[in-house]
Parts: sequence; C-alpha cells; structure tokens
Amino acid sequence: MNIIEFKSIIKKFGDFIANDKIDLIIKKGEIHCLLGENGAGKTTLMNILFGLYKPEEGKIFLREKPCKINNPHKAIELGLGMIHQHFMLIDRLTTTENIIVGEEPLKNGLVDMKKAREQVKQISDNYHLAIKIDEKIENISVGEQQRVEILKVLFRKAEILIFDEPTAVLTPQEVNNLFTTLRELKAGGKTIIFITHKLEETMNISDRVTVLRKGKVISTVNTCDTSPKKLARMMVGREVLLNVNKEKGDLGDKVLEVKDLSLIGKHKNIILKNINISIRKGEIVGLAGVSGNGQLELEECLTGLRKVTSGKIILGGDEITHTPTRIRRKKGFSHIPSDCLKRGLVSTYDLTKNIILGNQDSFTKNGFLQQNDINEYCKEVIEKFDVRCQSLNESVNNLSGGNQQKLVIGRELSTNPKFILAAQPTRGVDVGAIEFIHNNILKMRKQKKAILLISAELEELLSLADRILVIYEGKIVSEKNNYTKEELGLLMAGKKASDEEILETGNRIRND
Amino acid sequence: MQEILEVIFNINTFSAAIRISVPLVFAAIGGVFSERAGIINLGLEGMLLTGAFAGVLGSYLTSNPYIGILFAIMAGAFIGFIFALFTIKFEANHVVAGVGLNILMLGITTWLMQILWGSRGTSVNVTGLGEITIPILSSIPILGKLFGSHNILVYVMFIIVIFSWIILFKTPFGLRLRVVGENQEAADTLGIKLRKIQYTSLIFSGVLCGLGGAYLSLGQLNWFSMNMSAGRGYMALAANIFGGWNPLGAFGASYLFAYTDALQMRMQALNLNVPNEIIQMIPYILTILVLAGAMIRSRPPAGLGKHYKTNR
Amino acid sequence: MKRFWKQGIEFEMIKIFKKYENSIYSFTAILLAFLVGSILIHLSGFSVIKAYSALFDGAFGNVFNLTQTLMNTIPLIFTGLAVAIGFKSGLFNIGGEGQMYLGAFATAIATIYLSFLPVYILIPLVLIIGGLAGSAWGFVPGYLKAKTGAHEVVTTIMMNYIGILITSYLLLKYFKEEGPIPQTALIPESARLPELVEYSRLTWAIFIAVFVIIIIDIFFKRTELGYKIQTVGENRSAAEYAGINSNKMMVLSMMISGFVAGLAGSTIVMGVLHRFITNFSPGYGFTGIAVAVLGKNKPWGVLFAAILFGALQTGGITMQLFAKIPMDLIVIIQGLVILFVAAPILIKKLLRK
Repeated sequence: MNIIEFKSIIKKFGDFIANDKIDLIIKKGEIHCLLGENGAGKTTLMNILFGLYKPEEGKIFLREKPCKINNPHKAIELGLGMIHQHFMLIDRLTTTENIIVGEEPLKNGLVDMKKAREQVKQISDNYHLAIKIDEKIENISVGEQQRVEILKVLFRKAEILIFDEPTAVLTPQEVNNLFTTLRELKAGGKTIIFITHKLEETMNISDRVTVLRKGKVISTVNTCDTSPKKLARMMVGREVLLNVNKEKGDLGDKVLEVKDLSLIGKHKNIILKNINISIRKGEIVGLAGVSGNGQLELEECLTGLRKVTSGKIILGGDEITHTPTRIRRKKGFSHIPSDCLKRGLVSTYDLTKNIILGNQDSFTKNGFLQQNDINEYCKEVIEKFDVRCQSLNESVNNLSGGNQQKLVIGRELSTNPKFILAAQPTRGVDVGAIEFIHNNILKMRKQKKAILLISAELEELLSLADRILVIYEGKIVSEKNNYTKEELGLLMAGKKASDEEILETGNRIRND
Repeated sequence: MQEILEVIFNINTFSAAIRISVPLVFAAIGGVFSERAGIINLGLEGMLLTGAFAGVLGSYLTSNPYIGILFAIMAGAFIGFIFALFTIKFEANHVVAGVGLNILMLGITTWLMQILWGSRGTSVNVTGLGEITIPILSSIPILGKLFGSHNILVYVMFIIVIFSWIILFKTPFGLRLRVVGENQEAADTLGIKLRKIQYTSLIFSGVLCGLGGAYLSLGQLNWFSMNMSAGRGYMALAANIFGGWNPLGAFGASYLFAYTDALQMRMQALNLNVPNEIIQMIPYILTILVLAGAMIRSRPPAGLGKHYKTNR
Repeated sequence: MKRFWKQGIEFEMIKIFKKYENSIYSFTAILLAFLVGSILIHLSGFSVIKAYSALFDGAFGNVFNLTQTLMNTIPLIFTGLAVAIGFKSGLFNIGGEGQMYLGAFATAIATIYLSFLPVYILIPLVLIIGGLAGSAWGFVPGYLKAKTGAHEVVTTIMMNYIGILITSYLLLKYFKEEGPIPQTALIPESARLPELVEYSRLTWAIFIAVFVIIIIDIFFKRTELGYKIQTVGENRSAAEYAGINSNKMMVLSMMISGFVAGLAGSTIVMGVLHRFITNFSPGYGFTGIAVAVLGKNKPWGVLFAAILFGALQTGGITMQLFAKIPMDLIVIIQGLVILFVAAPILIKKLLRK
C-alpha cells in the first residue's frame, strides 16, 4: 500500500524554490531514505508533510486518501511523527514531562504524573529505548535525548516516523543502536522516512532511496539495485573527488602550546581536563570528537572568551592565558568560529563591515574608520576567496550559506595570522564550497601557519590533519598520526581501541 | 535606634505590608504568566493603571465597588489581549511595545478622567471596597491582626497565589505553557496550540493586573489619580524575576518590596533625622539591588522575547 | 515591449518603496495614531477638526508659536538621541528623565560656583558638567546590565525616581532659594544662552542640539568606537569573538546616552528656566522614547521626530486652553506612535490593503 503520496508539491521561500514539483511515494512498512545535499529540499518536504509549512501547490495523499495537513496537531492525529534534527526538547523539564506534554494523562483535571511515568516506562521497555524517566533533559547524553524524541513520537501512537538527519550528533555506537531500533520499528509495522546526506547510512538502513537535488526528485531506486557511487553522482550531479592532495611539509617551531588546561563549570563539573596540545609551523592538528565533548568550551578558552580554571596557553612563545581576545588577535590568532552565522557574522551589516570585524583598528586613523582603505581591502578578500555577491554594500543576509562561510574564512585567513583555529569550518556547506575551503586550509599549511582543526567529520580530519587528537568528555583520549576510520569512530565514542568488545563492534561497523 | 527596631519588627508594619503588596503580587503573577509564555511584559504598568481606572469607573457608574472589580477585570483582559496582538501577531519588539502601551494607557486614563470628571489630578470619590472580617481568624492574636480583616481583594490575592501555582505546575495547561515559554517551535511540533496558550496567558496576565489596579483605586483609596500605578508595574516585573518566574516566589519578592515600602512610610511618620526623600528612595534602590542580585543566579525561560513565525 | 516597460516601472516602484520603506512606515504610523486619536476625540464629544486645527495653530500658527515649538523640540532632540544611542548597543534607556534632572541640577549648581569664568569657558564647561552628571546616572544601569544582566528598563526607571528624589533632596537641603517654591536662585546672566527671538526663550541651544546630532551621526557612521558599539548591539557574541569587549561597550554607550540626556537638562536650565526647579519636566525623557522609536534611532530621524513631538507638546497647550480639549491627547498619540512603529507587520498588512 502507498501510505504516503506526494503529488507535484511546490514550496517557495521568496524567490527561492525549495521544492520543485515533487512526486514521491512511500510504501507502508518500508524504510525510505531521502538522500541529498544540504539545501536539496529534504527537510522542507518533510516539514510540509508534518504541517509545519504550507506548500504553494500540490497534494498529499495519506493511506490513499487526499488530506490537508494544516498544522502539526493534525499531522499527529493522522499518525505522523517527526524526530527533528535539532531536538525539540525542553532542557529544564524531565524526560517524562517532555514526552507527555500535549497528551497528558489526567486525574481530577490535573496531570497524573504517576500514570505518565508508568506509560512512558512501558513504551520505553517495549521498544528497548532505555531512558531515565525522572531526569532533566539537560543532564542526559545526546543519545538518550534522541531516545526521548523517539519515545515522544511513539507515545503519540505514530505509524509513520520521520527522522531528520538523526545520526549527525551520534557516536558510531549510538548510530548502531539507532539502526537496531529502526529495524525493530519496521518489524513492528511502522513506516520510516529517513533524511540523510550520508551514502553509507543510506546503503545500510534503507529499503528504497529517493535522491533530491536542488529541490527536485532525481530518482527513486531500490537500495539493493544501486551503489554508493551511483547515488553520489545523482546527489551532486557530477563525479566527486572526495580526496584532497596533501603533501608532507617540514615542521617548524612550536606556535601554539596548550599546557594542562582545565576548566571547571559552574556546578563544579569538569568540562575540560588537562588538555595538552602543541602545534608547529606548517602543521594541521585535528581535534576529533562528537559535538558536546568540550570542543566549544576549548574554542572559547583559546579565543579568550572563557577564563580557564588552570593551565597555560602559549602563542608564539608568549603566554596568553589571561590576555583579552583583542590582544590575542593582535598577536596573530585567527579564528573561524564553529557557528559562523551566530558568532562570526553580523547579519544586519553589509559585507565591508563584516570583513573588517575584529580587524577594525587596522583601518582606523585617529579614531576614524578609513572607508577607502576598507573598500579596497574588502574587494581583495572577496576576489581571493571567491565570495559571490552583487556589491560590497549588500547585506550578508543576501549571501548563501556557503558564501557566508567563505567570507568568514576569507576574513580570518587574510590577516596574516600565525595560528588558525578552524572550528567545524565546513558544517552546513555544500560539496563545492567544502573543496574550496579544504584547499584554502591546505594553502595556509603550505604558508607555514599552525592550524587547529576542530571537526566531527571523520573524512575531513583524516584527509587534512597531520596528527589527530581525540577529545571525549573533556579529555584528550588519544593522539596519533594515522587512524583508521573505525578506530577514530570508536575513540570518539569513548572506547579504548584495545578493548576486545570494541574490536568486535569495530568489525560490526565494517561488516555493515 | 530603639525606635527604628521597633518599627522594623512591629506587627503593624507586617500587616501594612500585606496591604501594600496586593497590587504588586497581582501584577508580578501576571508577569509570571506572561513571561512563561515567552512574552517580556513591561506593559504590566499600563495594565495596572487601566485596572485602577476601570475599577473606579465601574464603581462610579453603579455605586457598587464589586461591579468596579468586574470592570477592572474586563479592561485588564482587553489590554492583555491588545498586548498579545502586538507582541505575537504583529511581532512587535516586546520591550518597545510594553513601554508604548504604558505611555498610551497613561494618556488614555488621564484623558478619560478629564472627560468624565473634569479634573486632571484625581477623580471624584466613589464607593470603595469595605473590609471583611473573618469571624474566628480575626480573634486569634497575631494571625488575626495580619489576616483577620481585609477587603475582598486581599483574600482573592491569597487564593490567586495558590491557584496560579497549581495551574502552572500541576495542570496540562501549565506544562504546555512552560514548554511554550522555553521553546515555541518545540511546542508547535508537539501539536500544542501555542497561540491559544499565549493569548490565554496574556489575557490572564491582564486580568490579574486589572485586579491589582482595582485594589490600588478601590481597595486602598476610593478614587483614581493620574499615574497612580507609579512604577509598581516595573517593580512587579522585578519581583517576578527575583521570584524565579514562580507564583510563590513572586509573592515572596513582592512582599519584600511591600515590606520596605511599609517601613519607609512608618519611618517618615516617625520624624527621624533622615530626610523623607532619602527614605522614599529605599524601595527603588532595593528593586535595583534585588534585580541585580537575582539576575546573577536566575535563568529566565529560554524563549523569552523571541518571535516564532509559523510558515503556514 | 509594452510588458517590458510595465515590468520596468513596477521594478522602479519597488526600488523606490524599498529605499523609503522606513519613512513610509513611520509616516503611516503617525497617520494611524492621529486617526485613532480622532476617534477618541469624537467619542469624547469634541470636534475633531477643531481639536486638530487648534493643535496645528498652537504649534505653527504664528512666529511666536513656532519659536515655542522649536523651544520644546530642543530637549526632545537630546532625550530622543539618548534613547537612540542606547538602542545602538542594544540597550533600552528609559532613564532619560532622571539623567536630565541630574544634568539640569549639576549645571544650575555649577554656574553658581563658576560664574567668575569668562562666558566662552563658562558655557561649554557647565554644559559638560551637566552632561557628565547625566553620564554618571547612565553608568549605573549600564554597569549593572554588563555585570549582572539586570534588565536596563527596570533599573533605568528606578534610577529616574531616585534621580528626581535626590535632586529634590539636595535642592531643599542646600540650595533652595527663599520662598514657597522649591527652586534654586537664578543662574548668573553670563551662563544664560542668548535668545534668538526676543521673549521667546528660543535660544542658541537649538544650534547645540543640531551640533550634537551631527557629532552622533558621524560617531556611528565613521568612528571605530561607534562601529564597535553598534556591533555589540547587532550581535553580541560575534562582537565578543572579534575581540570587542561588549560589557565595556554597553557601559560606554549608556554613559554617552546619559551625557546627551544630561544636556537636555543643562540647556533647559541655561536657556529656558534659568534655574533648577523640582518637577520641571513635562516628561521630556519619556517623550524621547517616542522620538527615538519614530526616528528609527537615526540621528537625523530623531530631529524630525523631535520637531513633530515638540509641535504636539506646544500645540497641545493651545488646544487645552482654547478648545478645552485635554492635552493628554499628546501622550496618547505618543503611545500609539510607539506601538505602531514597533509593529511594522501591522502597517505592512494595512498598506497591502
């Protein structure tokens, strides 16, 4: 049975066409992957299905009947459930409260928490989704948070489950567990739509795949009839070379040294413990880790936005542990922040004002900004870093995500820094821009800059970094020149490579 | 010194503080409901003033102060709705809209006062609320003095404090409201009717301010005067923050403010060597200190002040 | 070909609309405020035409009225600018009233002690002293916001009450002139700003106000400090990542804001009252909010909005005196303008219809 059918769905945001006449059929009881790059229109389509967006044109058939889904309330009634990429959980409430809200069991008009706990416990047992039922969301791991999200949907008796990039935040182990859950759900008769841009996952979990590109359906195929290579070609529209050429260079003096850096949080919790990093001229050191293991805090400590509890940071021989951000930048510290839109750009400013940000005093004479010098400099940066824009005075808001990222990278690499902290430099950027950014980082290495690359992308780390440190729960758990993908994945999940059990899991990943 | 200590611990000061706290408590709990729905409510001041005016108007027209209270409730609900309309539907900056509302209501109440009663300073005298004495309670020594004899709104206030706490933390509405204030998008994806909840909370917020305002004009006095809320709305907002966005906390914080105010008044009456202006400053300075102290450790609803636009 | 032209014209229209979008919205908001005001006037049993013509006549009807409008515009320029400056760093300074009282008081007292100085030193010096007093009053909420996060709207309001009380206390205790009115003695002749039109009390202060507009405009458009303050207002975390000390910028902007609000008080003392009187302000500090909001926080926008509200303030008095219509209409219009300008979506919806 066709449980869902989309018929020529069109969705526009202003002039941008996010979904261009989408036709798609989902069969009952299958795991159906929606594969595509960022911005291909996968999430938009699912948000339409879930009643969050209203399409300009097109129809949706549910269980072979036409239906109008105006809001999530209606979608839930119809048996749809969505696990969003950014979890829709309330940190300060407990897991149970998060699960039941909107469908609370009642007793005398008040919420019956006892019954609620029982119900949650029961579903949690049924589907082998273990959670602590009275813990606040802020105190549980990301994997457990995802289980809460799934339980939320099951609690509402969903028959069709939509997963939006669910593996982006998970460790390889957690991914395995999730896949087990998905297969169990499928065995229980549920239909699953799985949004992803990862080829391996698609091959691993799905029964059928639909590839989207630039808002259009390219093709729907049976997973057993296709290969990662074919899928990649459909997804990108051309052959992709995912490997970058890397030449070994000579290493120079130490540029950045972090010695025994520790950070204790407000509630006496350990955020970072005895971090030691040293980076030489012409070296790229990768910091691998699943997000939320202290990377952001380390980023803030290095930048000077957070006071370290103990330890030292040394840049080019000078101690900068207590130096303000401004002075650090003066000493040759350059920084591509992990969330560029939020921390790297001022969205209401034009290009020039964004390009001088952090470097504005170089363009100041007697307190006044020198507009001519600024314009000239900005032209240079934009040309060199291939930022596509209409004019220097247009708002950065008008640029695409990739171009915004290139602008920030251009800004940070143009100040002739000694040290570059690149945090998640390619997150949320399309394949073309990723190539460009990687090449620029390697160019910097050639120019003898020291680079710390914080990333959660295994391929990015393995292809760029000379040496990789793995961070887990605020500690560096491993440091080596060459890892296999499996090893790195396991280490990021907090396992030691020597454990037998781990080897086993490693094999399982390989076999999958 | 002896004299000051006597005032500080005098039962009359505590009892006066209960009376003074009433408008603050109502408005502060109004603040709790508004801010738990994600709306920064600086309009509390204007809502209080509206309630005070409507109360007197109702009593003036019918000679019945209880109808006055009804007027205040309706006017408060209306203003709460208007504020919701601007902050939610028209996506106005909450802070700017709140201040705009306050200025508007100051203008409207003063205007209407002149149209109706021909004076810019104060209204005519109307029938105020009488005191109700609770038979047994009033004869118990200390409790009787504190709680035995008040007008109806004081008792309503105590009920509202408890009632609000139950609504917020024990009912489905409260749970949903707390989700809305933390993350509107999450609430939306859960199928919660988030607009309905936000509008309801803001209207309730207005109703509470209406009651608080009615107490100012009909309970403490029996007339309306220009700008009679005199900054209490802002203090109430601070009390809401100091009270951790919780009705019980808001009550405690409001009582603290009221207590210093009561102290201030009694100290003025004592003819101490301290000048009146300085004594009058105490509540304002305290508000600043309390707010600064509270902000360091408290954590507002995560979605406070944010606009969420649905794409439907 | 015809279609091409039509599209071209439409495109041009859109471009023009985009360019003046803000002005169109502000203008519509004013119209809407007056419209709602007229409903209120009508419902209250007055003639709308009579009310608005008295208002207009009182503001612009003859040279004297015009001078009074400009006189009322001056403090509004300062208090409006003060609010706008705060907004630039993301802070809502409602403390203009208190900062103005401090400025007025400090200037009035300073003139007494510094009257021996030559005019060309005395006048700028007492202006600066008034500004600094306002600055100090702005510093407190700025510092508390930066250090603790205490909401500046609440703290500035409290600082207003404290400011008015403290100046009144100091006046009564140390500087009160003999007599029933709580006021200082007249300031020396040399500290008074010269009148532009005789008996109008419209003084050179108008040039000071315009001068300050120019300075503030240049400050935010051209200087590094102005750039840094605005960056904090637009995106605090991006500013911090770029090495800008956001706390320092917030405190600084509150101090500059307070300084300008202080000048409102100084110029009133030096140009209009020639002394400090308790409760001298008809709410210039609060009207400044409407001025800044309507002027979209742009210095030249503030000038136009200040003239509008200066005219309303002046015309309102005439309206009350001759048409017997309460001048609180002005306050109502202020409130409405703030609400409407704050809600561009409302205006957009109305304009589309």
